[in-house]
Parts: sequence; structure tokens; C-alpha cells
Amino acid sequence: MARNDYITEPRWMRVLLTVVALTFLVLLVVLPIAIIFFEALRKGLDVYLASVVEPDAWAAIKLTLLVAGIAVPLNLLFGVVASWAIAKFEFRGKAFLTTLIDLPFAVSPVISGLIYILLFGAHSALGGWLIDRDVQIVFAVPGIVLATIFVTFPFVARELIPLMQEQGTEEEEAALLLGAGGLTTFLRVTLPNIKWALLYGVLLCNARAMGEFGAVSVVSGHIRGLTNTIPLHVEILYNEYNFAAAFAVASILTVLALVTLVLKTAIELRFSGPRPIRH
Amino acid sequence: MSMARLLPFVRSRYSVIPGFGITLGFTLAYLGLIVLIPLAGLVLKTAEMSLPEFWRTVTDGRVMAAYRISFGLSLLAALINAVFGLILAWVLVRYRFPLKKLVDALVDLPFAMPTAVSGIALAALYSTNGWIGQYLAPLGLKVSFTPLGILVALVFIGLPFVVRTTEPVLADLDREIEEAAASLGASRWQTFWRVILPHVLPSLLTGFAMAFARALGEYGSVIFIAGNMPYVSEIVPLVIIIKLEQYDYAGATAIALVMLVASFLMLFVINWLQKWSRARREG
Repeated sequence: MARNDYITEPRWMRVLLTVVALTFLVLLVVLPIAIIFFEALRKGLDVYLASVVEPDAWAAIKLTLLVAGIAVPLNLLFGVVASWAIAKFEFRGKAFLTTLIDLPFAVSPVISGLIYILLFGAHSALGGWLIDRDVQIVFAVPGIVLATIFVTFPFVARELIPLMQEQGTEEEEAALLLGAGGLTTFLRVTLPNIKWALLYGVLLCNARAMGEFGAVSVVSGHIRGLTNTIPLHVEILYNEYNFAAAFAVASILTVLALVTLVLKTAIELRFSGPRPIRH
Repeated sequence: MSMARLLPFVRSRYSVIPGFGITLGFTLAYLGLIVLIPLAGLVLKTAEMSLPEFWRTVTDGRVMAAYRISFGLSLLAALINAVFGLILAWVLVRYRFPLKKLVDALVDLPFAMPTAVSGIALAALYSTNGWIGQYLAPLGLKVSFTPLGILVALVFIGLPFVVRTTEPVLADLDREIEEAAASLGASRWQTFWRVILPHVLPSLLTGFAMAFARALGEYGSVIFIAGNMPYVSEIVPLVIIIKLEQYDYAGATAIALVMLVASFLMLFVINWLQKWSRARREG
């Protein structure tokens, strides 16, 4: 049946709804992207490049890469291991465990940072003991890594768990009964089945790890050149009214966000249709 | 049929798949160390306060004002997202227009964009000499550095939720039901209210609750546009930060606990709504 045979709204209504929807999206999403690049390049390309290669900005970029480089692989490992345990076996409390894994998404970023201050801050027993031994967790890089792991904790697991549950265990059982070892079974049978979901989870995990602001801001201590990630560096520049530099550095993160969106859409097209949305 | 059932010598209760102990052990250990123990620390820290002291902290005038701002504006933002998100989802599912794939992908931008970057972009856009703000200023509407600015940031951050929860339901909607309604004499408007809306309601409410929950905890995109005036445009997460900067750890923790309880309640509500919409879609 042709599409037009269906009952639909009158033409003026369709045009009106489309215009309203697109205006909403342009005002909230398109113009913010545009203004970042506009403000970043407003004082010319020299100022832009100078703001991006300046030592403090470089330090922030390197720290962000380091933090994501630790947090993302750890959460990837956790995601694969947890979804193996949850999807391939039956045990009591499974639904509850799955809810607990999602917990970090329900917590405000500010609170995600605060909990590590309470645990490792100088006034706490553990924090005091560690500081006596010259181990600084919060207001230093380890705290930033921990807070980032916390906020990106569920990304990989929540993509893999429903998919692996749906796929069941028959293929793995076949491989094992034909004599394959556990690791071989995982690498040759399970991994090819979950690779796109895995990539999808890693992509979103990485975008959040590099862009996290609230949680990292609480535990960072804001030491320029030492404990500033790119988003924190943007904040400092902005608060110093150095808008051109703030937007220049912000544009790096915007490009990251846009690349993430493109890759995400590409993966979704390989899958059938959009992934279920949760956060 | 599972392989175990085909082979009588494999006891069906025990899986042939290896690694249960080690993977579950690792999962629980990692979850405990990263998430559960630190969160429990927050509750323990609050327990150090006496009850009257706790009550005084969490009901202090400035904090109460912050609750009103955070809860009120989050609710309003989620409502705006419910209306425009549903329109956007409807347009994306039902109509054809140029660059539709691009528009669809852009809906997720608020998830992909770092919050601080969104914050400074919105603040610049809606300030009195910004691209949008300059047209609103003559109308007496100041957006950046007012509670209205907080609202804009919260609408931005919650945008994808309603669109993404209602989109699949609208796509699955059986068109014959709409035709039946029309052939029984219902106007398009009546069909929407009586047939379509009840059908998408569970997923609409799920998206609404998700947007509300996200807005409650949001910090990065709000603080740049909010103005952050005590009693006027100060959100709860900022009050927690300010207490921390004053080394008032007990105060910060007490308010954080209130927000944490609110978040967990929302998580419970969202889980329940998701079950409802799943049952509705399958039933």
C-alpha cells in the first residue's frame, strides 16, 4: 500500500509540526555547535592554534588521554566479564545485580566526585593513612581516574548484557563440547557476535570519559598544567574571560562529540535500527 | 533447545560454560570497590551527624530555595521535553523531509557533548548580545544568568530521552487502529487523544522521568548559564560544591544524601515505567 493511502494530518498541520520540531532542534542543538566554532575562530586562526598548542592546554589534552586510556579499558574489561557472568549463567539476584551496575547513571556527577573525597580525603581515616605514606588520591590524577571510572562504569556492560542474554549459550556450548577451550570459545565464538555492541559501548564510554566535567571537577583540585582535564581547562579559560581560547579548546571536544555521533550512527546502521536508549 | 538437554550425561543444572566463579567474583569485587563501598561511605558519613543537625542542614533556607529551583525547573524542563520530544519523534517517524538522517542523529548530541562545552555555548547563545538572546532582550526576556537560563540548559540536556523512548513505539503503532478510529467518525484530533496518546503514554512517561532524573543531577551545562545567585538561581549540585569548597564536608554529604535518595526513587520509578511500557508493547 502506498504511504499516502494512510490517514494522516492535513498538510498545513504536517508542515507546522515539522517546522516546530526542527526549530526546537536548531535552537537547542545546531546553534550551540555553530557558536562554538564561530567564537573559537573569531579572533583568527593564529589565536585558535595558539590556544590549542599552549603548554597548559597540551597538558590538559595529555591528561584527558591518560585518564580515558585507563578508565575505558578497565570498564571494557568489566563490561565483558560482568555480561559473561550475567548472560551465560542463572543465579539468584541477577536482576538486582543488573540494576546495581546501572546505579552510577542515576547519581549526580557532583556526588560521584564527592564520594571519593569522603573516602580518600585528608580528613578520612583511609585518606589520612595514605597521605602519611605520600599517596595522594584525591586532588590528584588517581582521583580523576577513579571518578571517571565511576561515571562511565555502566556503558559497556549495559550494551552487552541484553545482547548476550538474547544470544543465549548454544553456540558456546557447541564449541566447548567440540573441544574448544574457554578462552578460544570466547574469542572465536562470543566476540564476533558482540563486536558491534562492544564497539558501541566503548565509543560512548570514551566520549563521556573525555568530556566528564562535574565529577572530575570535584576531585581535581584544579592545578593548572597538572590536574586539569580538557573540560576543566575550558572552565578556567572561560572564567578568566579568555573566551576565544575557551571556545578554541572547547571546539576540540565538540569535534570529538561529532565524530562520536557519526561513528555511533554508522554502527546503528550496521545493526538493524537504533539501539534501545537508556542514558 | 539447549545442548545440555540433548546430552543426557551433562547434568542440565550445571552449565558446561566455564568461568562462572571467576567472572561473577570479579564483577562483584569491581562493583563493590568502585561503586558500592564509596556510595556506602556517603551514608556512613551522614550517620555521623545527629538527627537535628542533619535536619537543620538539609532544610536550611538557602538549601530549600535550591531544592525548589532544582526540582521545579527540572520538572518544567521535562514537561517541555515531553511536548516537543513527542512532536520531534512524531515528525521523525511519520513525515519525510530532507536531511532526516542527520536530524535524527543530531537528537543525540546532548549525550555526546561534554556538559561544560554545552554550558558555555548556551550561555553565549542566550546572553543579551548573543545570537538568540539579542532578540529576546527587547521583549524583556533575560535568559543567560537567570533561572530561565537554567531551564534552557535542562531542556537541552533532557532532549534525547523522550524522542528516543517514544520513537520505536510510534514506529510500531498499527496504522489500522487509526483508520478504524477515523472510519468510526473520530476526527484526527480525537484519534490522537483517544488512540495514539494512550498507546505511547508509558514510553512518554518513561522518557519524561528519565529527563527529569537527569536534570536533577545536572551540573556542568547549568552553572555557566545560571548566574548562580543564592536563593534565585542556585541549583542543589552547586550548593554541594560550595559546601565542599568551604570544607563543610558534613553539610555537603547531608544534602548529597537527600539528592541521592531522590535519584534512587526516580530510578525505581523509571524501572517500573519501563516494565509497564514493555508489557504494553508486547501485550
